[in-house]
Amino acid sequence: MYKLWTKMTCLAAAAAVFLPKTVIAAGGEPASLLVIVADTRKLSGWEAWFANLYNESHIYFTIVTVVAIPIIGVILGVLADLVMNHIGIDLKSRELSEH
Amino acid sequence: MDWLYVLMPISGVTIFWPGLVILGIGVGIIGGFFGMGGAWMVTPGLNILGFPMAFAIGTDIAHMAGKSLISTMRHGRFGNVDYRLGVIMIIGTVFGFEIGAQMIMWLERIGKVDMIVRWMYVILLVLIAWMVFADVAKKRKMEKELKAKGQDVDKLATGIEWHKTFHKLKIPPMVHFKAAGFTCSAWLPIIISFVTGWLAGILGIGGGLIRMPALIYFIGCPTHIAVGTDLFEVMISGLYGAATYTYKGRTELLAAVIMLCGAAMGAQVGTVATKYIKGYGIRIAFGIAVVGCCISVIMKLIPKYVAGTQVVMDIASTTLILGLVAALSLYILVKMVQGAKQEVAAKKGRA
Repeated sequence: MYKLWTKMTCLAAAAAVFLPKTVIAAGGEPASLLVIVADTRKLSGWEAWFANLYNESHIYFTIVTVVAIPIIGVILGVLADLVMNHIGIDLKSRELSEH
Repeated sequence: MDWLYVLMPISGVTIFWPGLVILGIGVGIIGGFFGMGGAWMVTPGLNILGFPMAFAIGTDIAHMAGKSLISTMRHGRFGNVDYRLGVIMIIGTVFGFEIGAQMIMWLERIGKVDMIVRWMYVILLVLIAWMVFADVAKKRKMEKELKAKGQDVDKLATGIEWHKTFHKLKIPPMVHFKAAGFTCSAWLPIIISFVTGWLAGILGIGGGLIRMPALIYFIGCPTHIAVGTDLFEVMISGLYGAATYTYKGRTELLAAVIMLCGAAMGAQVGTVATKYIKGYGIRIAFGIAVVGCCISVIMKLIPKYVAGTQVVMDIASTTLILGLVAALSLYILVKMVQGAKQEVAAKKGRA
């Protein structure tokens, strides 16, 4: 059983990596091949750094985005948890309501 | 009032940031409550705020990945996520989606792909809405009959129970899903997720709208588990989608982060509301959302048949979607506040 699970997990991971255009989470047409360049003239500080990163390497830009999103998500989620806990809501259990 | 506007570093447009936060809250509430990404709601909203279409989809997916992560964390702690089921379903979703996407390319070569896809979408949404409301009607009828006989109503009973027939298929390997509370052949979730993935691939949507009812009616998940497990899938596919769209240069991270600030609170509200609104309440609200989505798709089809209605229908469809988001968010928020008040009062009473 353990082997089956290992195989299935590996298969899923490999498919997600190698198959193009799969499991995108939202609708719309595929992005066009149009090249967009960020205008950095009005920007300064981290915004200029970020826009330059976008212009120079989409790979690094992607890595920063994909790493930043879950980290920010977890931080905001934990903060929201603290607020909910402070209100006094039980965040660990719920009543089963159907089968 | 310049402080209310922020310059987006990549797309170069200036956006009213409180609008992004409000949109994030609304979609966070609905996503956390129904277990879906909600691209059909976000994209028109981003467009209205002045986002170029090229960036709207990528930004939406990036924020969706973070929002689903927050909702999955919360649903996970409630015990609403069946991770084993979620992982098995990813296999079917991936292959189904790829075949669906290939079929779309084939349809594009034939022509008229847009019309076929939109009509398929309408038919599917009508079927989902019918399934949900038929289920609700059946459950109410059962309850009425039992009350007439003077018998107690089983609160765990459901209306449509197609999953029981599917569970009788004992094709190995049989797998027990602890959180969902049933044992079935592993092929059942694989086949169902393959079909929902295939439909999502053809329709060019994420699939939460299809997967959630499929998890309930065909696989047999309780509503809460269906919502949590679906969000787990949306989280994984959202991260993958965010990577591909960002690599194509179509994501505005700053906007996604601003939306996430609202979505973090919204997702918590939506998720916690599932504690207070029982399974059938979620199903009815979901049915209403599906009907609204269906009407908006029909509105987009009308200009193909009636000339000169493009602008009117575009405005009407966007108004409908945003109105629906506002109304549903408000309903869920009110229910959550009422439930939380009762819970806190009960706690104080016990202390």
